[in-house]
Amino acid sequence: MPPTPRQLAICKAALFAACLWPLAQLVWLGWSDGLGANPIEFITRHLGTWTLNFLLITLAVTPLRHLSGWHWLIRLRRMLGLYVFFYALLHFLTYLWLDQFFDWMSIVKDIAKRPFITAGFTAFLLLIPLAATSNATMLKRLGGRRWTQLHRSVYAIAIIGVVHYWWLVKKDITLPLLYAVLLGALLGWRALRLAREQQRQLRAAIYENG
Amino acid sequence: MLIRRPNDIAPSEITPRALFEGRRDFIRSAGATVLFGAALAAGLPHRTWASGKFTDLQKSPYSVLETPNSFRDITTYNNFVEFGFGGKSQPAERAGAMKTHPWTVGIEGLVQKPRTLAIEDILKIAPLEERIYRLRCVEGWSMVIPWVGFPLAALIRQVEPLGSARYVGFITQMEPAAMPGLRLPYIDFPYTEGLRLDEALHPLTIMAVGLYGDVLPNQNGAPLRLVVPWKYGFKSGKSIVKIRFTDKPPRTSWNIAQPDEYGFYANVNPDVSHPRWSQEKERRIGEFFKRKTLPFNGYADLVAPLYAGMDLRKNY
Repeated sequence: MPPTPRQLAICKAALFAACLWPLAQLVWLGWSDGLGANPIEFITRHLGTWTLNFLLITLAVTPLRHLSGWHWLIRLRRMLGLYVFFYALLHFLTYLWLDQFFDWMSIVKDIAKRPFITAGFTAFLLLIPLAATSNATMLKRLGGRRWTQLHRSVYAIAIIGVVHYWWLVKKDITLPLLYAVLLGALLGWRALRLAREQQRQLRAAIYENG
Repeated sequence: MLIRRPNDIAPSEITPRALFEGRRDFIRSAGATVLFGAALAAGLPHRTWASGKFTDLQKSPYSVLETPNSFRDITTYNNFVEFGFGGKSQPAERAGAMKTHPWTVGIEGLVQKPRTLAIEDILKIAPLEERIYRLRCVEGWSMVIPWVGFPLAALIRQVEPLGSARYVGFITQMEPAAMPGLRLPYIDFPYTEGLRLDEALHPLTIMAVGLYGDVLPNQNGAPLRLVVPWKYGFKSGKSIVKIRFTDKPPRTSWNIAQPDEYGFYANVNPDVSHPRWSQEKERRIGEFFKRKTLPFNGYADLVAPLYAGMDLRKNY
């Protein structure tokens, strides 16, 4: 039973507010002296973690839609995707502003020489065209096929994002590994479905021709 | 607007400059607070001098005049991998379970008089001093810490090293029930660190037994830890149970785990990058702007002669 337009609007508004929770947490912790001894590190990590979280949540929409039959979930995906960009942008600005304080020399050096920063920066750059083409006008202008092709780059972005996290940690790779496994499941589900679909088409073709 | 720090502070000028810069830092921090709001105010030092167990501490000419970090920052932002690799707050949350009494330290290897000393006896080896030192972590942050301790040289004299002794290894306690980190496969335990004998005998090198005039909190390496202020923090082993004199460099834990990232010397050096990040700057905990990292953590005039003629890029 798909929701009525009114229910969907409420759903969207609630999701919009819920997605601001990680940001609200930072404001609250900042207010209540809860950011720890190294607040800039805390803020950077928190925003980075939530960028990855939203990326995985966004990638979970399609599998969830198919498994549950709730096809209206697709109507929420753009907002989730834009929140990925929102938190990635905040994460990047935190690095640029709070961490490096616009020291362009050392930023350029970091991006060129530090693999984990190269990866993070690449993922951020690749997100920009997706955010820029997220509205209906751009979808129309690009045409559905090309738009879909462009937005498939999110798979690569997600992989680069997890690699960015993996390369950053010193020794304990438990959390990056968890993200890698979850991403593997989300992408694996798609690969499996694609393979099955191709097989079905092949069989259909053989049936028709035979 | 970008306020630049002077980049070349001669360490010998540190005394008058430190005061002067402390003032600048305060102004800058205050400016930053106004600019960036309450979120960052959280990071400003809370200057609360605790008075505790150790009284009549000698002041030391080796102390820096910079303002120490707050007790809270020093005791809640730690690396002590026996209590986990997963975050700076883990040691403070978990180290309380470690038993630090009774405590003995075995001193062995190439010495005339190997012995096992109880912590009570160690405390009597030399008058305790307050040593306010900079600490620079290999991860790119730094603090100023008011340790209580005594020169390691005084302890070494007690055991009379043989002529063949060239290195000293420091081995950290293993208490599996209290230390979940021991079960993780990332580095070899017991945590082992080491110095060349001349580094160990240097007057800046201390065994610390206290912090802010009181006994060391467990997460800072109670009851006894090494402090070598011109080296990255991981060289300064915590909760030491064994000190071993050898003729060859001891195999040290981080060096075994990642030799390209953690050298045996690990002298603070802005010119040698960690493979994953630059070491040119550091964030002093409590400050907004990064500082330039100084060679040998600002102690170059005292320790650079130890490395005369050595290629510090190779011997990182």
